[in-house]
Amino acid sequence: MKVGIVGYGGYIPRYRLKVEEIAKVWGVNPRQIKRGLGVEEKSVPGPDEDTVTISVEAARNALRRAGIDPRSIGAVYVGSESHPYTVKPTATIVSEAIGATPELTAADFEFACKAGTAGIQACMGMVESGMIKYGLAVGADTAQSSPGDALEYAAAAGGAAVIVGKAEDDALAIIEGTYSYTTDTPDFWRREMKPYPKHGGRFTGKPGYFKHTLSAAYGLLRQLKLTPKDFDHAVFHQPNGKFPVEAAKELGFSMDQIRAGLLAPKIGNTYSGSSLLGLASVLDQSKEGDRILLVSYGSGAGSDAFSLIVTESIESKRDLSPKISDFIEDKVYIDYATYCKLTRKLVRK
Amino acid sequence: MHVPRFWREIPNRYNLIGTKCNHCNKVFFPPRAICPNCRRVGNLEPCKLEGKGKVLSFTVVHVAPQDFKDQVPYVLAIIELKEGPKLMAQVTDCDPDEVEIGAEVEITFRRIKEDSEEGIIHYGPKAKLLRSKPSEQT
Ligand SMILES: [Zn+2]
Repeated sequence: MKVGIVGYGGYIPRYRLKVEEIAKVWGVNPRQIKRGLGVEEKSVPGPDEDTVTISVEAARNALRRAGIDPRSIGAVYVGSESHPYTVKPTATIVSEAIGATPELTAADFEFACKAGTAGIQACMGMVESGMIKYGLAVGADTAQSSPGDALEYAAAAGGAAVIVGKAEDDALAIIEGTYSYTTDTPDFWRREMKPYPKHGGRFTGKPGYFKHTLSAAYGLLRQLKLTPKDFDHAVFHQPNGKFPVEAAKELGFSMDQIRAGLLAPKIGNTYSGSSLLGLASVLDQSKEGDRILLVSYGSGAGSDAFSLIVTESIESKRDLSPKISDFIEDKVYIDYATYCKLTRKLVRK
Repeated sequence: MHVPRFWREIPNRYNLIGTKCNHCNKVFFPPRAICPNCRRVGNLEPCKLEGKGKVLSFTVVHVAPQDFKDQVPYVLAIIELKEGPKLMAQVTDCDPDEVEIGAEVEITFRRIKEDSEEGIIHYGPKAKLLRSKPSEQT
């Protein structure tokens, strides 16, 4: 039995902060940052948005495309590193808000920026074994960064959801294979009760992002006996606008193959939402027969790689929910002080 | 608000579940137990509202209660839902100048408030303007 994606959806908050706004405060040359990181602006959550509300929006958009009864969803997994509660699952709130309760299993996943793709793999196994009919996997974050830290230019908010089901249940893309690569690598972490993450500076690139992203991609290509030429699109995790471009080049993918899914320059790094929003953006623009490579990355560290083949169902489902480009274009710019208030760095006494 | 009360209201807060009278077809939100028009003749059944409607009336709040102080100025509106019921909700993600009577809105799922930093978070409905074309404001 084959499994696939029967519905997908994304959500990005309206607020944007330009690199210039941040650079001005910290006395840094914005052009240097933009060139170095490949990021122009990032998304910021509104005062009433968090990982729960972003997940609900993305899940409802996925449900509209799937066109299924929400009660037929047997598992809901929400991957994030910014769950609003430390104890009390995001997944139960999301399940309730999409009308999937009470006959289902639900849990929150954590694995830095790749918790959402870990959720897809769990759903794939459960659908394939016959345990559930459909599974919902969400990757969403409202990423926090320490004021003045390099992460501040990219740490953003957004999320995407994928509903996994059997290929014959009107899947819009078949998942033809998945491969993961995981090691214990301390490139980025946050301890309990600490608001902001710590990272190993330059150390995060080579042994973290690149080693795992490339190893997962090579592993999947080997397993499926495919080469970059066999793919129409490739999506990688986007901690900034530069890393995914470098990873693609190293693997032998062209700019044309990664353009549709490259969102970091316009929204920054949405952490668990990053690679899944990239996938959603590619699905918005793909056609029957397109083959897509998706590789996530989570610090700590690991990557999940997937190969998908788009089916004709994409044509009838694509327009049932807003597209990622709609969210990217509908924006309001804010200044640094407003950003501090919205992300609770500035609190009224 | 007490945790049990918030919990009891979750289905109608999260999913706009109202009730519909099977005799006169009137839809109620929040849900009612008895139809005021038909009394015993009509039976009320749960009814999921689509969440589309328009602004019937609104006010811009400049002096807000404690929980909403950091969001001023914000818009509080009476929304007439497509199915008939009216609902009081905050209009989120907008500049108060953008809101006008008759504006089309969609109900969305947002954080309403929290019971202190240690308490539970109340999620529920807010209205969002349906913008015909993407806007880019600066
Ligand atoms: Zn009646």
